[in-house]
Amino acid sequence: MKAEGVQALAWLLIALPLAGAAVLLLGGRRTDRWGHLLGTALSLGAFAVGAAMFVQMLGYGGEERRRTLHLWEFLQAGSLKVDADLLVDPLSISFVLLITGVGSLIHIYSVGYMAHDPDRRRFFAYLNLFVAAMLLLVLGGNYVMTFIGWEGVGLASYLLIGFWQHKPTAATAAKKAFVVNRVGDFGFVVALMLMFATFGTFGFEQILGTGAEHVGAASKLSTGTATAIGLMLLVGACGKSAQLPLQSWLLDAMEGPTPVSALIHAATMVTAGVYLIVRSAPIFEMSETAQLVVTIVGAVTLLAGAIIGCGKDDIKKALAGSTMSQIGYMVLAAGLGPAGYAIAIAHLIAHGFFKAGLFLGAGSVMHAMNDDVNMRHYGALRGVMKITWATFGLGYLAIIGVPPFSGYFTKDGIIEAAFAHDGATGMVLGGCALLGAAITAFYMSRVMFMTFYGAKRWEEGVHPHESPKVMTVPLMVLAIGSIGAGAFLMLGGFSDFLAPVVGEPEEHHGFNPFAPAGLAALVLVAAGVAVAWRQYGARPVPVEAPAGSFVTVAARKDLYGDALNESLLMRPGQWLTRLAVWFDNRGVDGAVNGLAAGIGGSSGRVRRVQTGFVRSYALSMFFGAAVIVAALLVVNV
Amino acid sequence: MEDFPWLSLLIALPLVGAVVVGLLPGAKEALVKQTALGVSLLVGVLTVVMALGFDPDGARFQFTEKYWWIKQFGVHWAVGVDGVALVLVLLSVILVPLVILASWTADGRSGGVDVPAKRSVKTYFALLLALEAMMIGVFAATDVFVFYVFFEAMLIPVYFLIGSYGGAQRSYAAVKFLLYSLFGGLLMLVAVLWLVKLSNEHLGHGTFLFEELRTIKDVDPTTAKWLFLGFFIAFAIKAPMVPVHTWLPDAAAQAPAGALVLIVGVLDKVGTYGMLRFCLELFPGASAWAAPVVIAFAVLSIVYGAVLAIGQVDLKRLVAYTSVSHFGFIVLGIFAMTSAAQSGAALYMVNHGFSTGALFLIVGFLIVRRRSAKISDFGGVQKVAPVLAGTFLVAGLSGLSLPGLAPFVSEFMVLTGTFSRYEVAAIVATSGIVLAAVYILWTYQRTMGGPAVEKVQGMADLTAREKWAVAPIIAIIVVMGFFPQPVLNVINPSVKVTLERVGHPQDPAPKIGTVAENGARP
Repeated sequence: MKAEGVQALAWLLIALPLAGAAVLLLGGRRTDRWGHLLGTALSLGAFAVGAAMFVQMLGYGGEERRRTLHLWEFLQAGSLKVDADLLVDPLSISFVLLITGVGSLIHIYSVGYMAHDPDRRRFFAYLNLFVAAMLLLVLGGNYVMTFIGWEGVGLASYLLIGFWQHKPTAATAAKKAFVVNRVGDFGFVVALMLMFATFGTFGFEQILGTGAEHVGAASKLSTGTATAIGLMLLVGACGKSAQLPLQSWLLDAMEGPTPVSALIHAATMVTAGVYLIVRSAPIFEMSETAQLVVTIVGAVTLLAGAIIGCGKDDIKKALAGSTMSQIGYMVLAAGLGPAGYAIAIAHLIAHGFFKAGLFLGAGSVMHAMNDDVNMRHYGALRGVMKITWATFGLGYLAIIGVPPFSGYFTKDGIIEAAFAHDGATGMVLGGCALLGAAITAFYMSRVMFMTFYGAKRWEEGVHPHESPKVMTVPLMVLAIGSIGAGAFLMLGGFSDFLAPVVGEPEEHHGFNPFAPAGLAALVLVAAGVAVAWRQYGARPVPVEAPAGSFVTVAARKDLYGDALNESLLMRPGQWLTRLAVWFDNRGVDGAVNGLAAGIGGSSGRVRRVQTGFVRSYALSMFFGAAVIVAALLVVNV
Repeated sequence: MEDFPWLSLLIALPLVGAVVVGLLPGAKEALVKQTALGVSLLVGVLTVVMALGFDPDGARFQFTEKYWWIKQFGVHWAVGVDGVALVLVLLSVILVPLVILASWTADGRSGGVDVPAKRSVKTYFALLLALEAMMIGVFAATDVFVFYVFFEAMLIPVYFLIGSYGGAQRSYAAVKFLLYSLFGGLLMLVAVLWLVKLSNEHLGHGTFLFEELRTIKDVDPTTAKWLFLGFFIAFAIKAPMVPVHTWLPDAAAQAPAGALVLIVGVLDKVGTYGMLRFCLELFPGASAWAAPVVIAFAVLSIVYGAVLAIGQVDLKRLVAYTSVSHFGFIVLGIFAMTSAAQSGAALYMVNHGFSTGALFLIVGFLIVRRRSAKISDFGGVQKVAPVLAGTFLVAGLSGLSLPGLAPFVSEFMVLTGTFSRYEVAAIVATSGIVLAAVYILWTYQRTMGGPAVEKVQGMADLTAREKWAVAPIIAIIVVMGFFPQPVLNVINPSVKVTLERVGHPQDPAPKIGTVAENGARP
């Protein structure tokens, strides 16, 4: 159905922040004085439009909530046709509210956080660019529009990780993030090509159908093709969402300013992979293999991220490991099929609130500690930063899953859904999710105790103080989300709201606070907290990191992900490059030059110098042409 | 206006301009530059006026002119443009004034180190104008002999632009360029002469007119294959494709950046344009015969060029190798023989011209400032010259085909169009997007990122004149990234004719297609 009313203005959602980015980047220094205000205002404007669209949607019945908006014909040649279309449906509007809501809060926070940065205007330009691209990603009405947004957020992420370009570590991390994401995008592009060859279109409506009643072309996929498309989409999702084996960029991405880590590398962009998998549900449902691989990737990453989180003394990196791990939960849920889609998205939204809150809280702490990120230099901050402590604490309770806070509802939902999955697979997946909950409780308690409790371990000259209102108010708003988002979504019928997009869960089990898996999770969480308390709460924390066990060392080194990449990809790549350069200079060009010298050798040196050019290039061209002719003959005779 | 000799005028005007600039007193440099800029702007405006009169749904070739030139040999002065030729002519006339503007103070000094201290300024600009005439001529020619004449005549201004205004190794690079091109030209000449013999046999009269030659049927397949090769190798050298690409990096390293914009941005397109126009339409059978091998070489060019680009230490050589990779995409699209791939390839030619043009211009600005083209001599430019760094980044991002910028559209079309016929080739070619990210962003990191190195400190940001030279290109790249369809509307009908000629009027059908009827969930 066509979008009407406010929903017909869905393009404004993207246009407003995009205009902000354009004005701030092209306007240059002239916009320094008010640039941050304009950026924030436009982000808030997008939120207002999104909220109005949401209210309008609530007025429609189930199937009518899916509205399309045709903007212009993007490209057409022969049978290839791509329209600039937007799709407003319950799934996309959920993301719209998260992106613009949390995004606006982070804009406001950044006004204070970046106040002393001479390039604050450029920062807001990039933030606006990000919001625009992310909204296109979730609102795009076909896979190509989604891909354009997908790479757009990659660009924004690159620009913001490398915002402090003059720091070599930041410049390297930015490049790494983009390149690893491009490896994922390779998968996405192959999936696009497969879709075009299979369906002849990229449209969500044509491929995926329009909800529960009308099936799309995906339902006719052969298992093999469905597996291929599904796995290639998963490769894309792994890159964007920092899932194994494409996880290595996320920890380095913490080089960016903290609001960026909160918005892009925790709350929104990194969850795009989950969006892609849930959106493509009808494709994944045609292949059990693809779904199984999705759950395995999720389960492995949720454990790996949690283990990495345990080993980090850098508060942002501990939180980054945690982000990997939490997205692992979402991916796991998304791979479970109809039982998991709504929970995956619910956890995604809940996580968006509490993780953004945690990161911004970390930023507030860093602000107080002269940008020191080492938690071994923190301690006892509870007393001096009451608001930060309280809001961070609520986020902490939410993420470890203490009832009745946010994460309790959504994460328990995932654990139970995993156990409910068939047979041994379900037991293994559920077991991983449970274990992950215990480790989460441990590492988050570690962060909490090392930062806010225990004795002062402050460096000399550090005088911590509470952050200004412009930073603490967003913290408080996000804390409300940490408290209530989970219960609101899980008890408030979020899965019914999403049903027109992802279908009804097969068996509708309501929330059961006494499910065995849930109770087990609570026990494990308590154990995790207790272990952390024994080590970091009850005992003084050494200022210098102890040597640590094998596991700790491995966790500090990101489970050797970088070492693996380096030895498997970077080193061989460097050798290949060198070899190719040598071959091109000496081989293609030089062999022929040598041949020319050999032939001309008897004629004496003088002549060779004079005619060397002519002869060697004549031969070199002949050589090249001969290669082409020979190849044609060999193949075609 | 129908019979107005637009194209002859557009070819003659810059030639006259070149002569006028050449006759001006060399001491009055400002006058020389203003005249050159004025002429090129006039040509640009006239071309745009002409292009507005082009009807995509009308006759294939429009603004046609046909006069006897050498009647005894059957040679006509015949010009006209179809959609593909038109957009390439537009590309040329937009780039030339910008190159002239960008070369205002450089007069070739963006060639690198050890550039000759003082060379004739007016000759440089006269050569640029002469080159513009040749470029318009080569795309507008509808007589194969006229095409050949322009194809060879282009070498002369380029030879002098590299040989007289280049860096330390300029004569080496110029000779290498010239010999490579002459070798290809020679092969093509043989093929052209053979063609006229064929026309005598099949049509009863000797002719070089493209529209007549393409109607010749029943050419002996072996002959057609040899003729195809004669044209193809000439075009492959010009394009340039691996393994006949080695002239380009040397030419790029030595030529002044302004000239490079035209050499790589426009001249090399003559190679791919020639494949699309002449190889495919004159020898459809032989093209089908050669397609699998050509596609293999195209994919090789994509990957090999990208890997080589990563390994370069010189900025201009680096951009040259990225072009080898991009030309691989263009050739891939041409020979995949689907509408998406071929329209994509035609669009790619235009987009690459702007994208690489911008990159070379900005690299030129960097070299003029630092007096070096070595990547390791830069570092931290972003801190001292943010606008320069920003434009470099945008141009670079277009080089890695970022969505939202024009080259993405064409690369995407080539890849999806290729996949439906050659799956493996398309998948291997897709790896180019990862390699492109490495070569662009690593270069950006090394030149622009990090703390400003000593020699870069105090580097001036872009001047107003330099901004005016780059801004239009960047604007075009952005606009065509979001709204490529107006250009595709011009290109598509020409591509359709070509595909019908090679026997692929229909694209491969999708395996499942979309489901029209609404069934229940299984």
